[in-house]
Amino acid sequence: MKLDVILRVTTKFMLPFIVLFALYVHFHGDYGPGGGFQAGVISAAAFILYALVFGIEATQRVVPQRLLEVLMPLGVLIYAAAGLPAMVLGKTFLDYSVLAHDVKHAHEWGIFIVESGVLITVASTMLAIFYAFVERGR
Amino acid sequence: MSVLAAAATAPSFAFVIGDHLPILQVIVPLLGAVLCALTRRGSFAFAIAALVSWSLLGVAIMLLWQVLGAAAPITYYIGGWAPPWGIEYRVDALNAFILVLVAGVGAITIPFAYRTVGKEIDEDKQSWFYALFLLCLSGLMGMAVTGDAFNIFVFMEVSSLSAYALIAMGSDRRALLAAYQYLIMGTIGATFYVIGIGLLYVVTGTLNLADLATRIGPAFGTAPQPILAALAFIVVGISLKLALFPLHLWLPNAYAFAPTFVTTFLAATATKVAVYILLRLYFTVFGGAISLSDLPIAEVLLMLSIAAMFIASILAVYEDSVERMLAYSSVAQIGCITLGMAIATRAGLTGSIVHLLNHAVMKATLFMAIGAVVYRVGTSCMSELAGIGRKMPLTMGLFVVAGLSIIGVPGTAGFISKWQLGIGAVDAGLWPLVFVLVGSSLIAVIYIGKVVEVAYFREPGDNLADARDPPASMLIPMALLGAATIYFGLDTTWSAQIADTAAQILIGGLK
Repeated sequence: MKLDVILRVTTKFMLPFIVLFALYVHFHGDYGPGGGFQAGVISAAAFILYALVFGIEATQRVVPQRLLEVLMPLGVLIYAAAGLPAMVLGKTFLDYSVLAHDVKHAHEWGIFIVESGVLITVASTMLAIFYAFVERGR
Repeated sequence: MSVLAAAATAPSFAFVIGDHLPILQVIVPLLGAVLCALTRRGSFAFAIAALVSWSLLGVAIMLLWQVLGAAAPITYYIGGWAPPWGIEYRVDALNAFILVLVAGVGAITIPFAYRTVGKEIDEDKQSWFYALFLLCLSGLMGMAVTGDAFNIFVFMEVSSLSAYALIAMGSDRRALLAAYQYLIMGTIGATFYVIGIGLLYVVTGTLNLADLATRIGPAFGTAPQPILAALAFIVVGISLKLALFPLHLWLPNAYAFAPTFVTTFLAATATKVAVYILLRLYFTVFGGAISLSDLPIAEVLLMLSIAAMFIASILAVYEDSVERMLAYSSVAQIGCITLGMAIATRAGLTGSIVHLLNHAVMKATLFMAIGAVVYRVGTSCMSELAGIGRKMPLTMGLFVVAGLSIIGVPGTAGFISKWQLGIGAVDAGLWPLVFVLVGSSLIAVIYIGKVVEVAYFREPGDNLADARDPPASMLIPMALLGAATIYFGLDTTWSAQIADTAAQILIGGLK
């Protein structure tokens, strides 16, 4: 464990940037390539990198399995919940124009909320799949 | 923006449930699935699943009521985007009928899940089980309600992926292999479907079913090959999903090794929704645009249907496991359904559509009855079940009622379907098919008769010492569907008449 000092230090340096890049891809999703799915994969990659270098126990202290099992459905719930205000206010499901006074802002908000749900579900599912593979045979 | 202007443009609270019925068919079970996944207790998840299934049936019946009263199909634009750009949900008598069928099976069978899931699934997996069940329900309802070809694919994947996982949760280790087989076959089917849709999109530039129906015709004049290829891919892909002979190989194992409740639910719904998709695409989308009688599809379908009705029935006769026997019987009954589709007259299609309902009702009863036997005895092998009819009289009584319906005895639902199919065949000048229908019923007499002989005419063995009828939560759903088998055989107001309306819609759109 002493020979991998470079790996450990660089990983710690890179982690915040990976997560920051994930958020950039997420926030940029309504203008260009990107969005919740890609951002979710990138942020899950940050945790998987951490797990590869520091071990699975350390990662599971940060993100326990139980937390993942809450996050996976939570993302779907956020997505579906973003569509409900429109139904209550007399529009059809997932019509974002009710979310703010200006239609463009409302759509931006709607897409952002929906993509946040996608990010949470994708990131937690990726990590859960990784855990499932790593823990196989233990 | 001033406060006054904002107040003027702010939408008022105007939630009317009647305006949102199409989307509620999907999001009620979807939200229920999420809530189930968030609970960590099996009994809470069961309560959510039961409440969701029952309210879903209410919503589906309201929609059917609305559709039957309306002159035009009911439409719903997701997110307010108008078709053909946005996703449109479009409901006429045919989908509304399928929606009530799927929701009804879910609502009636869900009490059956409580005991069997409690016995077959580990406590820590039960909430996931109910979440997957509701997800599967949501996918099936979505396939039926949507009017968008790609949306159908998405919901097909939602329902199939959850079905694979549900089947893999069976207590026998062979369930994993069965689920894997189904996964491979189902994925090939879905891929073929999406290739077909892709070809149509390249040629017509649209994914909306109603829009496709109007655009395929002109496009067929300039580029017929891609459209014929699309038709071939879609028919083969969906035939895999609905287990048309000889593409049925995934079905017997999947039904035999899945948890009892999953077998009951999937046998009654999954293949039925796939048949609906085939009817919708074949008749409404392609039938409205090109002359189907120039193509040999009906002949091929007819041959495969007849093969299914005989070969699958004969395979059922030689099965020792009652669950596998019923699974092969399902393949044969699907042959009956596609037979009506191949005849393609109003009476024939009515027979097909009403058989979707009748077969769902009777097969769910049969699978629940044998599921109750497995719950008490632990096996469905006929060699172990000698004399079971004396130990579990109500369960096996209902098995016999539904079995008679499979055979097509007058006074049961099965008779109505076969009668309609027979009329359809005679109308179309294909009277030999009547003998085919009777012939396959006679083979059904053999395989149902084998179970009756074992159950009633032999002395109970020592292994059945503790066997008795299951608790009320399992018996009541069985009795309800058993009663429905008789009811739909006597009063056809809610089955054959709605099916006739639906058949008229399909035939009316034909070129």
